[in-house]
Amino acid sequence: MPEESILTDEFLRQLINVGEADILVGVPTYNNAATVGQVVQTIRAGLLKYFPRERAVIINADGGSRDQTPDLVRGASINDLQYSSDLHALRTLHCISAEYPGAPATGTALRTILASADLLRASACAVVSPESTTIEPEWIERLLRPVYQGNFDFMTPLYRRHKFDGLLMRNLVYPMTRAFYGKRVREPYAAEFAFSGQLGSHFLGQEIWVHEVGRTGTEISLTISAIAGGFRLAQAFLGAKPHLDARSSDLVAAMRQTVGALFWSLEPNFPLWSSKTDSQAIPTLGDGQEVTLEPLRVNRRRLYQMFRSGVAELDPVLKSILSPPTLSELQRIASLDEDDFCYGDELWTRTVYEFAASYHKSVISRDHIVQALAPLYRGRAFTFLVENREASAEEVEQKIENFCLTCERLKPSLVELWDGRK
Amino acid sequence: MREMIVNELTQATQELVREFAHFLPRLMVMLIVVLVGWVIAYLVKWILRSILRLARFDKLSENAGATQLLNKAALPSSTELVSRFAFWTAWLGFVLLGVSTLGILGLQEYVARFFVFLPRLFVALIFLFFGLLAASFFSRAALLWAVNTDMPSPRLLSSAVRVLITIFTASAVFEELGLADSTVLLAFAIVMGAVMLGLAIAFGVGGQHLAKRFLEARFAPGKKEAKEKEDELSPL
Repeated sequence: MPEESILTDEFLRQLINVGEADILVGVPTYNNAATVGQVVQTIRAGLLKYFPRERAVIINADGGSRDQTPDLVRGASINDLQYSSDLHALRTLHCISAEYPGAPATGTALRTILASADLLRASACAVVSPESTTIEPEWIERLLRPVYQGNFDFMTPLYRRHKFDGLLMRNLVYPMTRAFYGKRVREPYAAEFAFSGQLGSHFLGQEIWVHEVGRTGTEISLTISAIAGGFRLAQAFLGAKPHLDARSSDLVAAMRQTVGALFWSLEPNFPLWSSKTDSQAIPTLGDGQEVTLEPLRVNRRRLYQMFRSGVAELDPVLKSILSPPTLSELQRIASLDEDDFCYGDELWTRTVYEFAASYHKSVISRDHIVQALAPLYRGRAFTFLVENREASAEEVEQKIENFCLTCERLKPSLVELWDGRK
Repeated sequence: MREMIVNELTQATQELVREFAHFLPRLMVMLIVVLVGWVIAYLVKWILRSILRLARFDKLSENAGATQLLNKAALPSSTELVSRFAFWTAWLGFVLLGVSTLGILGLQEYVARFFVFLPRLFVALIFLFFGLLAASFFSRAALLWAVNTDMPSPRLLSSAVRVLITIFTASAVFEELGLADSTVLLAFAIVMGAVMLGLAIAFGVGGQHLAKRFLEARFAPGKKEAKEKEDELSPL
């Protein structure tokens, strides 16, 4: 579909009124009235404070909200903010809100933002989640400045998180993306990120838009696309991540958006990932304490029980996905008591690799393969919680690093599974 | 008298020879049709088998759950079975075509019926295959959903979905074959009854938890508060 055709006439008219822009900030929304006003106010403040001389525009791509989200975006003003007295607009800061065609989907919203950036010839663009209630004006500067100055093409965020927050990210998405593609991007599925105009055009030309990953899980697909395209990547420390991400409240949906998109990406990028044997760090801008340790009340027992029942109940499904040794090992640990239970790095890595290979071979419906991984992930999450119950921030980081190294070490086994040599 | 007998015998013999002379070419045509039919049927079998192997039909059949059924019945693989079925159907068609050239009265009606029945047989087989495929897909989807939402008895739910779809499929197949016109109606009645009973049980079981939660909230609020204090972990 040509870029212009995904922009409605109304959207196009508003964009033409803007003319050209140096900086663009996109906010994809769908029924985010509770938080979007504050987020847009902070974005405005960030743009006025750090980019007063640049031609800037805020683009809100809305999925047809019924809670007046677009009105709140258009009406958001910096006057209510505490630091408004220091901010003076040198140029008009445009704020456009328009509904994109089709069903609400983050991917479609992102594509609309990308098409807008392309049309406005923006040099640097950022995407900000409407649910990021912890956003500060500095986030805009930290994400956009390195791209606007031409130092990097793709900026991903680093958040301050609790040691038990983002378990799927720490136990699967980050280590696996790193092992597959050789870049240590801590947040490959980022709610906030920035990219250059050149990379934006590259994103638009990708084939992901005609697939399901072009609708859900697009964020991780864009990160992988930036890595695969050889663009300059960096990550910037932003601050605290909102404790609960609405994108991930449902585990199966979160797995579809991340693991499903990650497994899908292996297909077209086989020559790239199969030749990578290790990983390189990417530049990190800014620093801060990445892990917080305050005590949390977590129902570990439920995770353990759901893992056990999952292994028992899904036996016929797991038989078609996993090799007999891996399945029997899983059945063995599922029979252990809660105190003795351990879903170790090697077994978890083998499990995920066998799932990835089965996804490639489509042994059953691909969506069912991703869903079948959810109960096993709960077992791994239980082990992570138990092992790190008393761990310090450094110890947690060291354990994640060790797991990443295990993923990289065992990667040849995935290549063998992929080729059918195993 | 004697002459009359000789004449009748001669006439009868001549008629028999004449009839045989009429019948012999038809028999030869029938044999040729049967022979050519065998060659064509064999070619159909070979081509179909190659196409099904290229299309990984066995894999599809495995996913549909048909392979497991075939294994239990000690039958060959789905590809082999479909190829053989095509061979026998095609050849039987040619045999009947050949037989109809003999001009035997009464037999032609059966031959015509067979050719009318053939398309319905194919449609019924297609129904059966896609029905089994749907039963396998939806029962697995139900199993995964039940496991991931921590529902009680996921396998029971999965089996129920499989059985329901299989009953519908079997009814549709019988209906198509014209073997039991009232089966669909009966199956529908049974299925609806089962669904209603299932819903009644589900609401009963669900209501039990609801009542439990209500009573806990009403008479043991401390327990509820302790649960609410539990922090939710974000996977991403």
